[in-house]
Amino acid sequence: MSDFFEVFGLRRTLAIDGAALQRRFYELSRQWHPDFHQAASAEAQARALQESAHVNAAYRALRDPLARVEYLIRLEAGRATKEGATLKPKAPPALLAEMFEIQEALEEAKAGALDEAARATLSAQRDALQARMSETEVQITGPLSQAWDAAAPTARPAALKALEEALATRAYLRTVIDDLANVLEEAGDNETSGSESSRDATASPGRPERVGGMGGHIGAPHQ
Amino acid sequence: MMSRIVGIDLGTTNSLVAYVDERTGLPVVIPDGEGRRLLPSIVGFTPDGIVVGEAARRQLARRPADTVYSVKRLMGRGWEDLKDELRYFPFKVLAGEGVVKLAVGGREVTPPEVSAIVLRALKERAEAHFGEPIEQAVVTVPAYFNDSQRQATKDAGRIAGLDVVRIVNEPTAASLAYGLHRLGQGVIAVYDLGGGTFDVSILRVKDGIFEVLATNGDTHLGGDDFDRVLMLWLLEDIQARHHAQLDRDCIDLARDNEFMQELRLAAEAAKIRLSTEERTTLTLPLAGFTYHRVITRAEIERLLEPLVARTLGPCRKALADAGLTPAEIDQVVLVGGSTRVPLVRKRVQELFAKTPHSQLNPDEVVALGAAVQAQILAGGIKDMLLLDVTPLSLGIETLGGIVSVLIPRNTTIPTSAREMYTTSVDGQTVVDMHVVQGERELVKDNRSLARFELRGIDPMPAGMPKIEVTFLIDANGILQVQAREQRTGKAASIEVKPTYGLTDADVERMVEDSFTYAEADVETRLLIETRNEADTVLTHVGRALRQAGPLLEAGERQTIERAVAALREAREGKDRDAIRERTTDLNHATEHLAEVMMDAALKGALGTRRANEIMTSKAEAPPSSGDRR
Repeated sequence: MSDFFEVFGLRRTLAIDGAALQRRFYELSRQWHPDFHQAASAEAQARALQESAHVNAAYRALRDPLARVEYLIRLEAGRATKEGATLKPKAPPALLAEMFEIQEALEEAKAGALDEAARATLSAQRDALQARMSETEVQITGPLSQAWDAAAPTARPAALKALEEALATRAYLRTVIDDLANVLEEAGDNETSGSESSRDATASPGRPERVGGMGGHIGAPHQ
Repeated sequence: MMSRIVGIDLGTTNSLVAYVDERTGLPVVIPDGEGRRLLPSIVGFTPDGIVVGEAARRQLARRPADTVYSVKRLMGRGWEDLKDELRYFPFKVLAGEGVVKLAVGGREVTPPEVSAIVLRALKERAEAHFGEPIEQAVVTVPAYFNDSQRQATKDAGRIAGLDVVRIVNEPTAASLAYGLHRLGQGVIAVYDLGGGTFDVSILRVKDGIFEVLATNGDTHLGGDDFDRVLMLWLLEDIQARHHAQLDRDCIDLARDNEFMQELRLAAEAAKIRLSTEERTTLTLPLAGFTYHRVITRAEIERLLEPLVARTLGPCRKALADAGLTPAEIDQVVLVGGSTRVPLVRKRVQELFAKTPHSQLNPDEVVALGAAVQAQILAGGIKDMLLLDVTPLSLGIETLGGIVSVLIPRNTTIPTSAREMYTTSVDGQTVVDMHVVQGERELVKDNRSLARFELRGIDPMPAGMPKIEVTFLIDANGILQVQAREQRTGKAASIEVKPTYGLTDADVERMVEDSFTYAEADVETRLLIETRNEADTVLTHVGRALRQAGPLLEAGERQTIERAVAALREAREGKDRDAIRERTTDLNHATEHLAEVMMDAALKGALGTRRANEIMTSKAEAPPSSGDRR
């Protein structure tokens, strides 16, 4: 089956015109949606279902700039499925010391009650991390994406690696922010924030095991 | 052009069937022979057969244990989901294996079988209208229905002899009905509060494409809950104000099923009146006295406020998922009978800061939209296309009971996701998988949909097999699973054990059963209705005699008692005309009693409603009698 860029007749570039993408999505939907193939043979109906599912998945992967990068990385690595992602959440080196502190504070908070001062510190740290995550996202969808689009074939692996690292950083920040939010009992909207990074888990005996160990892609399309 | 497909709204309270008129291109509701458009989603089980709709509604208070209403709330659900709610249902619900069962009319039925009876009545209604068999239908469900609930709805169709060619989400169906002529381009929010469920959907309408951006809801919140809070509040009030009498007569109202049904119906009626009136009087006859209560709009709003507030959270979540602020919503559409409640309108208007649309009848708009979708599927409409989403994330259980999401919520459907799995033990030939649906991190907090077994994997060292599992959500929002071992190219067979569903074999058996327990034939149905009418009069006369008996002369009392006895006897037989004659006789015999009641009521000695009921109980009373008060 064609890759998601091919579905829309696009080259593997990260700069995509959202309005044009939507127009093409609507056209393809009119072509393949099962609604318009009810009278067809069972075979043709099954094909329409497959194609339409593929178009929808492609649109979902490409319409959001961050999801688009994640998909590109997967595609370049030759993985059709999400499994075995190498994008392990990874602490940004520059932040290691700070992260260590936060983790410690988190452990303490989990163990006992949270006093006002500690709460204020954690809350400030969370805000700082949130800002940093936004910054990382801007980096990914901005300069790093442009670098990929502009890269000569030989420079592509490096551009891809930079994107991958930035995504790993973002995934890490996301996890810590979620943890902080949980501790601060602001988990109320966490449940709906579309964050899946924190619930990916490795498979193991007793349960089906995912190929490639560390399960799951990181960071669902953040909407 | 394919064969005709009708659109069906299988509602908690009422159900409807509609189709698109070829000449006008507009959807219309199909009425029954007497011009009624709504079919109450109520099924009565009697020794003589099954009654459905209006006839069943009339026996609600008299046969509470054998009359099933709001069965939609039980569809695709297990005992655990429902146990807090079940005590409010007067009929008996049993914990089945996964699905619950109802013990009614001396047998056990599942919720899909009850829904099938309602569907069959609508099918017959459509067949009578067109004079041809109808075999295909689009049926609507709440957008927030999970896979089990959708599957249960499809099963109900099959049991009723209907091929459900598409399950459509109610709010999106409504948007199609509005979209036909009334909506321009833009982003719309559909707020759908029905009898038992709440949905909110955000859509972008552009060039004939209705693209759902996000949906949210609560499948256990609706008008039924409004009735319930009012009912419980009234019950407390009655107990507080009349405890002396109740204690003296050792009456425990809460345990009196018939009374609780009457109270529920009275509460519902008062709620409806309070949507247009500032205050209303509720009058309820009780053994030996009458309960009167003036209820104001402010009072009911205080009771409803927490329930209405519960709808706002899902609205905000849907907005957040769509990446929109309330200001970015161009239009708001109200759907469902409960949006007639002024407080609901007020809160919706406040949230979105705009006046909502409600031009189309909120009870009918979903069925009209289903008819539009049916017409699209039949090839009659080519420029409109609905792109809906799956409301809940779909995932698989992994180590530690944690969910790994394969398809996130609000993904446009149809959609598919693939994952690779392998074995963890040498020579393993079977892999267990547990599919869950929901937004929580832990499996136990989500909906268990099914357990799959992948069998027939060639024995290999652990980790060697590469099993590709594909999840496919079709346009109905229903999951299909495929699996293939990639090294050998062999398709692993899958055995699906739905957690809260019926197996194919179950459904087959129910299709068979449905012929055995066919709905009462026309003759029997008329007999049941005539008996029901007789019972209604007997009940009212019995009450009137207890209340106003002492005001009558002995001779008159005897005449009435003779008429009562005669009707009771006729009622046991099968002669419809005889029952009707005796009913008329009893009505005549009690004319004076009715007047006495009326006078007493005017003097305030008795309830006005009582006298009123005597009048209305005189079935088909001449118009003049209605003016006598």
